[in-house]
Amino acid sequence: MAVMSVLVFVGIYMIGDPLAILVSPEATELDREAIARSLGLDRPMWEQYFTFVTSALQGNFGKSFVFGQPAINLILERMPATLELALIATVTSVVIGVPLGLYAGLKHETVTARAIMAGSVLGFSLPNFWVGLMLIMVFAVQLGWLPASGRGPTMEVLGIQVSFLTLAGWKHLALPALTLGLSKCALIIRLARATAREVMLMDYVKFARAKGLNERRVIGVHILKNIMVPITTVTGLELGSLIAFAVITETIFSWPGMGKLLIDSIVNLDRPVVVAYLIVVVFLLVTISLIVDILYSVLDPRVRLGEAK
Amino acid sequence: MTATLQVENLETQFPTRDGIVRAVDGVSFSVDAGEILGLVGESGSGKSITGFTILGLIDPPGRIANGSVKFKGEELTTASPERLRSLRGARIAMIFQDPMMTLNPVLRVDTQMIETVQAHEKVSEKAARARCIEALQAVGIAAPEERLKSYPHQFSGGMRQRIAIATALLHKPDLIIADEPTTALDVTIQGQILYEMRKLCRDTGTALIWITHDLSVVAGLADRIMVMYAGKIVETGAIDTVIERPQHPYTRGLIGSVPGAMPRGKRLFQIPGMAPAPLNLPPGCRFKARCSRADAVCDTMPELVELDPGHRARCHHPYDAMPLSPAEVAS
Repeated sequence: MAVMSVLVFVGIYMIGDPLAILVSPEATELDREAIARSLGLDRPMWEQYFTFVTSALQGNFGKSFVFGQPAINLILERMPATLELALIATVTSVVIGVPLGLYAGLKHETVTARAIMAGSVLGFSLPNFWVGLMLIMVFAVQLGWLPASGRGPTMEVLGIQVSFLTLAGWKHLALPALTLGLSKCALIIRLARATAREVMLMDYVKFARAKGLNERRVIGVHILKNIMVPITTVTGLELGSLIAFAVITETIFSWPGMGKLLIDSIVNLDRPVVVAYLIVVVFLLVTISLIVDILYSVLDPRVRLGEAK
Repeated sequence: MTATLQVENLETQFPTRDGIVRAVDGVSFSVDAGEILGLVGESGSGKSITGFTILGLIDPPGRIANGSVKFKGEELTTASPERLRSLRGARIAMIFQDPMMTLNPVLRVDTQMIETVQAHEKVSEKAARARCIEALQAVGIAAPEERLKSYPHQFSGGMRQRIAIATALLHKPDLIIADEPTTALDVTIQGQILYEMRKLCRDTGTALIWITHDLSVVAGLADRIMVMYAGKIVETGAIDTVIERPQHPYTRGLIGSVPGAMPRGKRLFQIPGMAPAPLNLPPGCRFKARCSRADAVCDTMPELVELDPGHRARCHHPYDAMPLSPAEVAS
């Protein structure tokens, strides 16, 4: 995270001078300097970085140049929206992807299996923004079934604003979640299929059949549990990337999440927000991979360490 | 009395892009209760496929093209999948070659054993667990209550094979098909398991088909032996007669290639050549290309004929009913 903070800080320093945007063209040179001093922008870069790190370690990521609020508050305020979207997209893609992939793997010579695979290639190769636009065209513009932008009404649960408790919220969620989930779903289908085909040839699957278990148990327990090991890993990684880089989808659907905030902040060269955002994302990614590791040991006993024999 | 298993003219085929592979080609045999049949052959001879065919576990596109499998008089080739499932694991059990692969690595041993009990009988988990503990004790696993809670990777190969055997024994089956179950184990464990299996069959009247490529294992275990070559039975008979007076040149070659049958320091006998490709079987006797006795007659398929009582061989030029001398094999 320390490396990340340096990279981000230097990177954003190079992009441009926020004063050019913050200060109105009519302002005098004196005004400019006053603003620069109040924001700390008149000092050299290493000093700015040092100030940033000391305060960041105390949980203070600085104030947004644009909103005048602490950057971290801005991000945390938007985070539930993004988390909700990413989680729903991921859950949907796993719930749809695993059974389809499993079917395609087990009955790999049937027409249905081939159709599933062909569909997954589409889901894989269509660019996100195009899918988003097409979905808006069809469901929002042509059919008028679903809203094209915004989050809709939210409800507060444990102090967090969520949409998935109301029907209107679901309607707002549907299109962006679908857009985000589509390529992930395709990925999971392909992964589930590949591992299913591998696992179904294992001796223990044959042995399970030789024990007289019914197909439901052979597939639902013996095969599925083995498939879930790689799926969990990939899903975890993908969830992280969804949260961090839902930027495009959030922009298209005007979803008030972190991604949209990031884009706005980059445009305005709102340095504290961008830096704080990336730090938060790195923190999320680290947390998610930790969770995946824990899940992994639940699923696969062989990776459990230090267990007495 | 009907035999435990009666196989008649069984043919299992695998259609491939290049033609049909006749993995099992007209195999007939029977096993009685308490009897141990050794099914011997080299890789690709169709011995394992024969075992899987009996259980109805041939992976598609493989199929039974012809013949019948009667288990205690009941036809299995036309039985419904559900009927086959209810027999598998309960009345007919199977033990596999590689104990490292037969237990599911992500499920605990108790899960895998209890599900076997519950697949065939409506019993509580507690009762099922008690049965599993009993079965593990029977195969010599210490502290079975605790071991049940372990995962397969926490056991050695020999222990895992014992667990697989215990699982196979849970329902006291009438027939066990063992597909090279000791090949992957070290020799001391192999000896123990052979002894225990033999004792089990004698005590409970379970019929056992022991599939192997290792003649020395069968010699000490089986009552009868059946030698397969390229999908066909080439010789069958009581274990002692076949080992001491093999009639088919192939069986003779197999016996000659076992260390111990030859004087010390002599080179072991090798059967020249390789088994024929399953897609490109020669007409007539399938062993003729590798056989020193082959002539024009061998272009027609020999029948399985009984030369001595109970001892049959598929050969136009069988060896006489004479003991095998080491000098003869070496020449």
